[in-house]
Amino acid sequence: MKTKLLLGLLALASLRAEVTVIRNATIMTEGAQGTIKGSILVRDGKIAEVGDNIAVPEGATVIDAGGQWVIPGIIDCHVHIGVDGNMNEGSVSVSSMVNIKDVINPEDIALYRALAGGVTAANVLHGSANSIGGQTIVLKMRWGQDADGLIFEGAKPGLKFALGENPKRAGNPQAGGRGGELRYPATRMGVEDTIREAFNQAVAYKAEWDKYDAEVRAGRHPLAPRKDLKLEALKEVLEGTRYVHAHCYRADEILMLIRIADDYGFKIRTFQHVMEGYKVAKEIAASGAGASTFSDWFGYKMEVFDAIPYNAAIMAKKGVLVSLNSDSEDGELTGRLNTEAAKAMKYGGMSREDALAMVTLNPAKQLGVDNRVGSIEVGKDADIVIYDKDPLSEFSKVQKVLIDGHKYFDRDQDISGRAAKEAEKQKLIESEKSEKPDQPQGRGARRPQ
Amino acid sequence: MKPAAIMGPAALAVFVGCAAAFAASDAVLIRNADVYPVTGAEIKGVSLLIEDGKIADIGAKIVAPKGARIVEAKGLRVYPGMIDSGTELGLNEISSERVTVDTNEIGEFLPQLKALIAVNPDSATFAATRVNGITSAMTYPGAGRGGGGGGRGGAAAQFISGEAALIHLAGWTWEEMEINRSAAMQLNFPSIGGRGGRGGEAEFPAAGRGPATFTEARRQYDEQIQKINDFFDAARQYQKERAANAPGFKKDLKMEAMLPVLEQKEPVAISASRERSIRDAIAFAEKQHIKAVIVQPRELDKVAAELKSHNIPVILGRTEALSENEDDPYDKEMTLPSEAYKAGLKFAFGTFSNEWTRNLPYNAARAVAFGLPYEEALKAITINPAEIWGAASETGSIEKGKWADLIITDGDPLEVPTQIKGLYIKGKEIELTNRQIELYHRYMARP
Repeated sequence: MKTKLLLGLLALASLRAEVTVIRNATIMTEGAQGTIKGSILVRDGKIAEVGDNIAVPEGATVIDAGGQWVIPGIIDCHVHIGVDGNMNEGSVSVSSMVNIKDVINPEDIALYRALAGGVTAANVLHGSANSIGGQTIVLKMRWGQDADGLIFEGAKPGLKFALGENPKRAGNPQAGGRGGELRYPATRMGVEDTIREAFNQAVAYKAEWDKYDAEVRAGRHPLAPRKDLKLEALKEVLEGTRYVHAHCYRADEILMLIRIADDYGFKIRTFQHVMEGYKVAKEIAASGAGASTFSDWFGYKMEVFDAIPYNAAIMAKKGVLVSLNSDSEDGELTGRLNTEAAKAMKYGGMSREDALAMVTLNPAKQLGVDNRVGSIEVGKDADIVIYDKDPLSEFSKVQKVLIDGHKYFDRDQDISGRAAKEAEKQKLIESEKSEKPDQPQGRGARRPQ
Repeated sequence: MKPAAIMGPAALAVFVGCAAAFAASDAVLIRNADVYPVTGAEIKGVSLLIEDGKIADIGAKIVAPKGARIVEAKGLRVYPGMIDSGTELGLNEISSERVTVDTNEIGEFLPQLKALIAVNPDSATFAATRVNGITSAMTYPGAGRGGGGGGRGGAAAQFISGEAALIHLAGWTWEEMEINRSAAMQLNFPSIGGRGGRGGEAEFPAAGRGPATFTEARRQYDEQIQKINDFFDAARQYQKERAANAPGFKKDLKMEAMLPVLEQKEPVAISASRERSIRDAIAFAEKQHIKAVIVQPRELDKVAAELKSHNIPVILGRTEALSENEDDPYDKEMTLPSEAYKAGLKFAFGTFSNEWTRNLPYNAARAVAFGLPYEEALKAITINPAEIWGAASETGSIEKGKWADLIITDGDPLEVPTQIKGLYIKGKEIELTNRQIELYHRYMARP
C-alpha cells in the first residue's frame, strides 16, 4: 500500500515536472493581456508564460492549437453533480451541520460530462429545500481521482442558504409537505424568522466560545462550552471563514437576507439564481455580495415570473460581480456555459471578454480562488480549455481540457477510446450472463433460511 | 383539415380586414437585404415586397407600391421565421403550477381533444419566444417527461392525447393564430417499464414502482400496444359503419376525430424513445396504415434504416441534452441530428419545453458543431417542419406566394449574439418587445 502511494506520488511529481506549450492559439486570457494570438507555457502545473513569442523548451510537450481558441477553465458557481442526488437533508429547515463533502462520488459521469464541456472547477451545493441547507465544497474536475483528489485545496468552504418557494414547500399542504407532516416555515416571513433564529443562537454560541477562548488565552482553565455542529458552521460564517451562498429569486427576499446579514454582522458571498437581482442591483452591490444567475431561465415556477435574460447584464452594469451557473445535477448545462456566457452579449450587450468572465474570472472571484484560477495569467494554475472555434460561438466544441497542467479531457481520445470501452462492456455483460444465478458467491451468498 | 383553417379566401379576407384597420396599405418593402430563402441559395442585396400578408416579390429592382412602408435593411439578413416542432405554447404558462397548465387531460384515448382551442393568445411565453425569431410552433395537448412539467398532476395514462396544432406565435385569438389545428394526432407509444410520453422513457426497472420482472413488464407492454390496436380497429369499424350508414349507427366524437387519421389526411405524432418502442411504433404504423411522424426517437441511430425505408420523418429533441445512459458517449444527443441526416431521414427540431423554445436555433446550431451540415440545421427549423406538418405551401421558406413569416437579423440566426431586428408574421410587423424587455428598460432606469 505504502509503495503504491509512494509510486503514485512519484508519478505525480514526474507529471508535474512536465512542461507543456500550447501554440498558435487565439487566447482569451481574461487577464491584463486581453485576447492575443500566441502561446502558453505551462510548467509544474502552473502557467509560466503567456505571449506571442515563446521559445519551446527542450523536452516540452507541444500542443499545436493552430486555428483554435484557448480560454481559462470554466468555473461553475452552482452545481449538484458528483453527489448522486444526495442534496437535501429535508428533516429540518436548518441543517448547517451536514457537509456535501461527505457524499462526493468521484465516479459520477456528470463530472466527466462537465469536464468535456470545458469546466475545470465547480461549487457543489446542497439543494434548496432548507432555509440553511448545509456545507458546500469546491471541486476541480480531476476525473479519475478519488473524492479527496477532486477537492480544490485551499478553496474556502461555504454554506448554502435558500429563500422563497423551495424552503416553504415542506410547510405547504398543497405542495404535499413531507409525508403529510408540515414543516415550519411555510411563508417568506417564516424563512426570514428561521434564519434569524439560527443566527440568534449562533451569536450566543459564539459569545460563549469567545469568552472561553479569551480565558484560555489568559492562562485560565475554564470548562469548554458544549460543541454544537449546527451552530459551529454559523459561527464560521460570523467569523468570515465560511462563505454564504444563498439561493433566492425574488427582490423582496434578497433584500431581506441583506438586512439579516447587516443585523448579525456577516456577509453574503453570493446570491444564487437571484432572478430578480436586477430589481435590487443597487442594494446587492452596496452589500458587496456577488450574484450567480441563470442566463435565460423563465416560466417554470411562479417566482421566476419576472425572470429576465437581461438580469446578468443589468446587475453587472450596476456594479455587481456576476457569474452564470448551471445548477445542474447531470452536468448538461454545466457542459455548455461558454454559450450561456454569449447570452450576456445578446441580452444586454456585454463585451465578449466581460461575457466570458461570467463563467471564468467572476466565479473564481466569487469562490475566493481568483489567485489560483479564472484567467490565463502567469502564476495561476494551468486550468485551460482548447476549443476548435470561437468559444462564444454555438458552432464550437471543446477539444482538450487541462487541469493543473495535466490533460484530463481530449475529444479525439474520447472518440477513439469508445470502441474499446464498448467491447469491454459487452465482455462484462457476457461474463455476467455466464454466471449461474443459482450459485451465488462471496458476500452476496444467500443466508440460510 | 377543419373548415376554419386559415387557408381559404374567406379567411384571408378576414386577415386583410384586420390589416386594413392599422394601415392604409399593408405593403412593406424590405430594401437592400441579404435574403436567405432556405430552399435556395442566398440572394445578396435585394428587396423583398410583402403584400396582403404574402411575399409578393424578391428582386433587385422592385418598385414600392404607393403607401408601402419602406424598411431599410442594408447589411441585414432576411430568413424565414423559425418553427418549433415540439411545444406546449399557449397551454402551459407556469409548468409547476397546475392551474396554469392545460395539457394532459384525464383519460387514455382522447383524439377528440384539440390543443388549438385552449391556446391562450396572451400567454407571456408567446412574446418571450417570438422575439428570438420563432414565428410558428407545434403545440401539443399532452406533455411527457421533459415536456415542461405539465405531466405533473395530469393523467399519466394517456395513449392518445388529442390533436396537436401548428400555430403562429401571434394573433388576437386562437383562430387567427391557427395554421393547422389538425397538424397531428398525438400518440404516446408504450415502452417497457412504463410509458414515458414525449421526452423519454424510464429505464427498466423503474425505481420503486412498476412491474418487478422483465416478463411482467413485457406482458404489460404488449397489452398496451394491443389496447392501442384495438382502439384503431374500433375506429376502422366505425368508419365502415359510418360509410355504410349502418342501422343503429350513432355519431361518436372520439371516432369522428379518428377519421382523418385513418384516411391518412392527418399524421400521427408518435412519441417513441428507445429502440424497441421505435421499432414497434414503425410496425404499428404499417399495420394500421397511418401516416407516422416519430417524436423524440432518442435511439434512432439503432433504427435509422427502418425509419428511412418506411419514409417516416422524425422530430428530434434538444441537442442541449445528455443521454440518460451513463455509458453513452457524452455527445450522444448532440450527434443524433447528424445520424439522422446521414441516414437520409427527414427531420425537424422540437424543444419540448416552453421555456427553451426561444433557444430553438441554438439547439440546431449545436448539432452543426457536432457534425450536421449547416444548411440542414437551418432547414430543420424552417422548411422541414413546414413540410412535415403540411404547411409547406404557406410557410417555412422565403418564396413568392408564401406568407411573409420572416425575420430580419444582423447576423446568423443560429448564433447567440445575433440580434433580431425585425419580425413579420403573415406580413404583419410584430413589435419586438415583451414583458421581459419592458422590465429590463424599467429597471435599467431605476435611479
